[in-house]
Amino acid sequence: MEDWRKSPSSFTAFSVPPLLWLLAFFLFPLAIVWLYSFGENVSLVDIETTWTPDNYIRIFQPEIISLFWRTLWLTVITTVICLVTGFLVALVIATAKPKWKPLLLLVIMLPFWTNLLIRTYALLNILGTRGRLNDGLKWLWEGTNKVLNAIGLEGLIGAKFIPIQFLGTQGGVIFGLVYIMLPFSVLPIYSALERLDKSYLEASMDLGAGQIRTFFYVLVPMVMTGVITAAIITFVPTLGQFLTPDLLGRGQVDMIANVIERQFKKANDWPFGSALSLFLLYITFILLAIRSIYDARQSRREKI
Amino acid sequence: MSGATGQVPQNRSTPKRRKEKPGPFEYSRKWSLRAVFIAATIFLYAPIIVLIIFSFNNSRRGGNVVWRGFTTKYYAKAFGNEDLMLAFTNSLTIAVVATVLSVILGTITAILLWRFRFPFKPAFEGVVALPIVIPEICMGVSLAMFFSAAGWLETGDRTWPFNLTNIIIAHTTFCFPFAAMIIRTRLQSFNRELEEAARDLGASEAMMFRDIILPHMRPGIVAGALLAFTLSLDDFVITFFTSGPNTVTFPVKVYSMVRFSVTPEINAASTILILLTLILTIMAVRFQSFGEDSAK
Repeated sequence: MEDWRKSPSSFTAFSVPPLLWLLAFFLFPLAIVWLYSFGENVSLVDIETTWTPDNYIRIFQPEIISLFWRTLWLTVITTVICLVTGFLVALVIATAKPKWKPLLLLVIMLPFWTNLLIRTYALLNILGTRGRLNDGLKWLWEGTNKVLNAIGLEGLIGAKFIPIQFLGTQGGVIFGLVYIMLPFSVLPIYSALERLDKSYLEASMDLGAGQIRTFFYVLVPMVMTGVITAAIITFVPTLGQFLTPDLLGRGQVDMIANVIERQFKKANDWPFGSALSLFLLYITFILLAIRSIYDARQSRREKI
Repeated sequence: MSGATGQVPQNRSTPKRRKEKPGPFEYSRKWSLRAVFIAATIFLYAPIIVLIIFSFNNSRRGGNVVWRGFTTKYYAKAFGNEDLMLAFTNSLTIAVVATVLSVILGTITAILLWRFRFPFKPAFEGVVALPIVIPEICMGVSLAMFFSAAGWLETGDRTWPFNLTNIIIAHTTFCFPFAAMIIRTRLQSFNRELEEAARDLGASEAMMFRDIILPHMRPGIVAGALLAFTLSLDDFVITFFTSGPNTVTFPVKVYSMVRFSVTPEINAASTILILLTLILTIMAVRFQSFGEDSAK
């Protein structure tokens, strides 16, 4: 690496375009959000920055607080489901025969390349009250009912199959979020498992630890960095998800992004929308900061 | 793994029923874990396959509920829908232009970060990585406010394709950091001795860039371009905030159609896009494995 003073002209040629682009189209727009978050609507179209803290105070009204809690809860559940499933899936890929690995990885990652809107839309057909999932459940119910009738236990599971409502419920939204995020959580865990030195596992078994103990006390701690990365990579985008709660929640299961969108499109309350967006941004930053602190501690521990 | 490969010939000679029990770390041979993998695969693919099947469903209203026979008329209808086709053309145009801009900016950024030491470098790196990590909705909101404050929302009235400027700018802003990241990773494997050798042999700065560094970066550039293209084609939220009534992209159009009603036409249009991304992905995978082979 060379010092920029050695060749200032080529340094300028390389640094100015990205710097200007980021300043004009990224940092400057964010600065506008920040300014507007201290603003008020003075007329239907004009916003004046009056440095009022009102928009931030409004975040702490009960509806918004419960909105935050719901968002957090949905995100945590989604992340946990993704991590557990992703871990098992990654374990299968990482221990498969080498020639199978790329194919298995592609099978899991391919949906990630498919359009997000299309994938969410596809779930509408699955999760509807007359959708494919309820078709499957009905088929199961009928089968079970036949068996129960045959052994003389009529009506034990109800007289008629009642379809479960998924759309517009938290269950449906969680289903959608896991569907979207699962491929993300597999990759970091997989690459951590790939780097793992398997002789540690053998050593643990040789020293008398059982399979389960080896799994939880040796394997899992050794790939923990990958799991943490997977958790962050799943958690952060889920927190700001708009489409899934919008299409599958049908206005019943709003997350932060849905309320932000409403401030801009319907309620026309840009200052409050700005404050909410920044709040979401700050939460993201805090999470990323926690992660980098963890990383720093981890690398220090490895040095020792 | 070395133990497992040693057992392969033995397995072949013994009858199937007496196959050995999987070893302690051969998780991929455990039926319970295989079942989890298969279940995850079904979970990921079933909705997309159902969507494709129902694009051939001969049912007009609430077409997605009951199967009423095979038809391809919704493909004809989707292709005949001018708004939808315009949205599709818009999406592809935006993706192509944003990809070109992203690759240029991404390459420049990658070289800058790889080659130079300069003050505030960690801060610059952080700002470059920021568009990757911040929630899409925040970026969409900020760009919408920026374009409205700059009085650029009227660009929607310009003639095509200049009415797409806003969306292209927005897409480039979130795509080029990804391209930069990938190209930079590729550059890190560059052997700097080559650079010194070229310089010793009298290559100029421009020659060295054109003949040595650029060819080395090529796989990274292609991978970055494909990622940028897919991300641009995929984006809904940021486009939703930066598009006007006359500048609708494919995802935004499909979104408004879904809000209105669910029809097999949307399934047909989606199937076309799925096929397109599938082809692109296969190309990407092919190219990547080709690049790795040639590197060996």
